[in-house]
Amino acid sequence: MSMIVGLIDYLRGNEKKSAVVAKERLQIILAHERAGRGTATPDYLPALQEELMAVIAKYIHIDRDSFKVQLEKHDQYDVLELNITLPDKINSRV
Amino acid sequence: MAKVIVVTSGKGGVGKTTTSASFSSGLAMRGNRTVVIDFDVGLRNLDLIMGCERRVVYDIINVINGEVSLKQALIKDKNCDNLYILPASQTRDKDALNLEGVERILDELKESFDFIVCDSPAGIESGAFTAMYFADEALVVTNPEVSSVRDSDRILGILAAKSKRAVEGLEPVKEHLLVTRYDPKRVNTGAMLSVVDIQEILRIPLLGVIPESASVLQASNAGTPAIHLDKSDVAEAYRDVVGRFMGEDLPMRFISEKAGFFKRLLGGH
Ligand SMILES: Nc1ncnc2c1ncn2[C@@H]1O[C@H](COP(=O)(O)OP(=O)(O)O)[C@@H](O)[C@H]1O
Ligand SMILES: [Mg+2]
Repeated sequence: MSMIVGLIDYLRGNEKKSAVVAKERLQIILAHERAGRGTATPDYLPALQEELMAVIAKYIHIDRDSFKVQLEKHDQYDVLELNITLPDKINSRV
Repeated sequence: MAKVIVVTSGKGGVGKTTTSASFSSGLAMRGNRTVVIDFDVGLRNLDLIMGCERRVVYDIINVINGEVSLKQALIKDKNCDNLYILPASQTRDKDALNLEGVERILDELKESFDFIVCDSPAGIESGAFTAMYFADEALVVTNPEVSSVRDSDRILGILAAKSKRAVEGLEPVKEHLLVTRYDPKRVNTGAMLSVVDIQEILRIPLLGVIPESASVLQASNAGTPAIHLDKSDVAEAYRDVVGRFMGEDLPMRFISEKAGFFKRLLGGH
């Protein structure tokens, strides 16, 4: 099948130029490799999460699962994201 | 304040040493006190490209080990008044090049030079790492070819994460893309990545494009950096690169096909 498509492309003269193929391959592999470099989470993240959770637990009752700390890498900056899902009714302790 | 510039690439054979020789010569020709250091311990070549191989007596490892002074090891360039070469060791192993020793040398050089150009070895091992660690700016030499572009990306990752500037949280290393061995003819037929493609992928500012040219071999045969050649695209392209590096706003040249004889005859461009 793909051979036939390839043949049609070839006959129509829209066979991809090799430089285009090169560029596409590079974009895919580098996106993958860059993401791999980024996922090395800084080693302070778990401790930070524990401490933040302890502070928040002083005021709001939350479970462990509803609390997430994430570091997202961008080109020019990183974003530290806190994601806290609050229970339906906030059980304030005071 | 002296600037440390690393010429790096990851991949071997892309034109780092050719570039180090011409770039440092170009800086010196403009009156900057310049020193170029060969970091390729065990595979020294910069001396050949600069044409000073027979004047090498001491090398960077001798200086690091305190066996001789920097002054004794520096070789004055034969073409430029303001240029000195610090050769790599041909006999020691690359681990002799430690970070503390290199830092001491760079600090001493900073007192008497404006620019310190570091010709990196290939790879991402200790030699390449040592060459880039202290850099303020980096020339990332890239050929229009998949493995070279990928390796450059890898080097950019290391510069951004592991260089001294990165580790100490200072302003990041200033990165410059230098595309070399460029063949506009093959780019036009779609057989070679274009400079726009490469820039889109690597996403760093373009400092220049050096065309593929037989004159580079001629220059290395003679032991004269390519920037000194007469009537050569490569020489002019390297002079433009130095000009841009010094802040001049120069248009990119040698990125489109030269008009053939008949085209010129018929008034084409
Ligand atoms: N612009 C160019 N045109 C043609 N050949 C080149 C060009 N730049 C470098 N070369 C050749 O490529 C080879 C590798 O160059 P070199 O500067 O030693 O690379 P590296 O230091 O990155 O290993 C040499 O044979 C050199 O003559
Ligand atoms: Mg080299």
